[in-house]
Amino acid sequence: MGGMPDRDFRVPSGCGITGIMNRRGRTFSGEVILSSICNMLERGNGLGSGFAAYGIYPELKEYWCFHIMYQKAPSKDRVEEYLKDHFRVVHHEPIPTKKVRSLEPVPILWRYFLEVEDGGRDEEDFVVRSVMEINGDVDGAFVFSSGKNMGIFKGVGDPDAIGEFYRIHEYEAYIWTAHNRFPTNSPGWWGGAHPFGILDWSVVHNGEISSYGTNRRYLENFGYYCTLSTDTEVMAYLFDLLVRRHGLDFETVGNVLASPFWSQIERVEDEGRRRLLKALRITYGPALVNGPFAVIVANSNYMVGLNDRIKLRPLVAAVKGDFLYIASEESAIRVVCRDPEDVWMPKAGEPTVGKLEEDG
Amino acid sequence: MKEVVIDARGLHYKVLNDMVHRAIGEGVGRIVLENVAGQRYIGDGLKEEVEIVIRGTPGNDLAAFMDGPRIVVEGNAQDGVGNTMNGGEVIIHGDGGDILGYSMRGGRIFVRGDVGYRVGIHMKAYKDLFPVVVVGGCAKDFLGEYMAGGLLVVLGLDGKDELVGDFVGTGMHGGSIFIRGYLDERTLGKEVGVTEPDEDDLTLLHRYLEDFCRCFDLDLGEVLRKPFLKLYPHTHRPYGRLYAY
Repeated sequence: MGGMPDRDFRVPSGCGITGIMNRRGRTFSGEVILSSICNMLERGNGLGSGFAAYGIYPELKEYWCFHIMYQKAPSKDRVEEYLKDHFRVVHHEPIPTKKVRSLEPVPILWRYFLEVEDGGRDEEDFVVRSVMEINGDVDGAFVFSSGKNMGIFKGVGDPDAIGEFYRIHEYEAYIWTAHNRFPTNSPGWWGGAHPFGILDWSVVHNGEISSYGTNRRYLENFGYYCTLSTDTEVMAYLFDLLVRRHGLDFETVGNVLASPFWSQIERVEDEGRRRLLKALRITYGPALVNGPFAVIVANSNYMVGLNDRIKLRPLVAAVKGDFLYIASEESAIRVVCRDPEDVWMPKAGEPTVGKLEEDG
Repeated sequence: MKEVVIDARGLHYKVLNDMVHRAIGEGVGRIVLENVAGQRYIGDGLKEEVEIVIRGTPGNDLAAFMDGPRIVVEGNAQDGVGNTMNGGEVIIHGDGGDILGYSMRGGRIFVRGDVGYRVGIHMKAYKDLFPVVVVGGCAKDFLGEYMAGGLLVVLGLDGKDELVGDFVGTGMHGGSIFIRGYLDERTLGKEVGVTEPDEDDLTLLHRYLEDFCRCFDLDLGEVLRKPFLKLYPHTHRPYGRLYAY
């Protein structure tokens, strides 16, 4: 047989994902998401965990915040030189961590609050380009979070250890998502843990994207370069492309990424809708995501859950008051919300959308 | 009958299931599990005559390989209930998840609410082993996928639009599915035919529906008021011509 034992190793299991949003924008402690993700320890194997948190940097919310990991000190010097050339560095500091013995060795972790000096109308594209340049050109350096007033925290370890390491319980956010990894097709390394992010997008993903090659080549046409050796990366860039740049709503994005089969489209009675579905499949063929997946995607205003079109990974949603919950397992919701008003399993390919409605 | 109550809060599934096994070993006939939150493999492989009542949300693979006990879930269950189950009974008062009844070979599962995708996938019957799944609500896509034997019933008691999802019975080559109400034939897999149930079918159906209604305190007459459709496989070897030797 031969082959690489680590690369060829396959386990028929899945990761765990969970997300909690307060739709009024009221922040709550990271303790809550920790309880939720740690209810699903069985879904991971210690090779990656992470958190995305929205609303955590209110004092510096107008600045882009880059979380960067360095595998060696010289890469840090190179990146900092790059940042000084391209941005005004308002503030920078190590990402606060706590020593957790089981996680050694850890990369150098630093965060930078940045202002684009003459960004003009293309400020977001400029930031995307900068992230691509650093991740593509500087060996051993990875920008793993690049939004405003949000941050991604991730690494190789169980979610309880990674949570303790990043002191997740000390943050307050109005959207939290978390991931517990069971890597099957790609290496378990710090940059490859979830969430994946670009600008204020974050994605946690359970499954595997068998259309990765097609999606990756398609995204390159739009200036997105995949550098993190994990299929989920394409999901973050597809959302940025389709929602921010092409202006599609989430229902339409669901029809692109998890489009109905041709046989199902033929059956749609409403002619306008049938033509729309057809047009989307034709226009966005290379953006169709094949393979089993359940994802929770967030940005500053939304949290969205989505399944592949034939529901090959689990996803459950619930609401109570201003809170929306989405998770791989109902138990991960029940441990933090005993009596939800409604609990349901979203239909395959139909997004579950939580929208931020801030008080007057 | 000896009865015990176990508080499952914060217990790992292995610890919880060890406690269940120990109680059964001590001759307990009824075990009530409180505050269950996602613990997997409850009831797995058990052969004893025992009743396990679950309060909270049991984790995946509930009653897998089970061969005897009766499990009552007061809320919802997650994925993989009755995986390769051989005998006994699972009663779910809420909803069931995906792949409920996966490769089930005997016993029965009654669900009052809805179920997820691929329910009854690869169910099979052999000699006197005859698995039965009755769903009070609706089922999603791929119901009875690759079904090889046994009985699947979907009642749609809660009046929702879609009784079953798409691709019903894809790859089905044995057993039967009964649907209470209307069905768009375009949602059927290629391997499936539709007919009206005959006398024998109705006798079989009544037997299980009587028990189902007793379990959930429903009126059998009311349930039987709507007509049923029977789905059956066209052939026992749908892929026989696909492979060359």
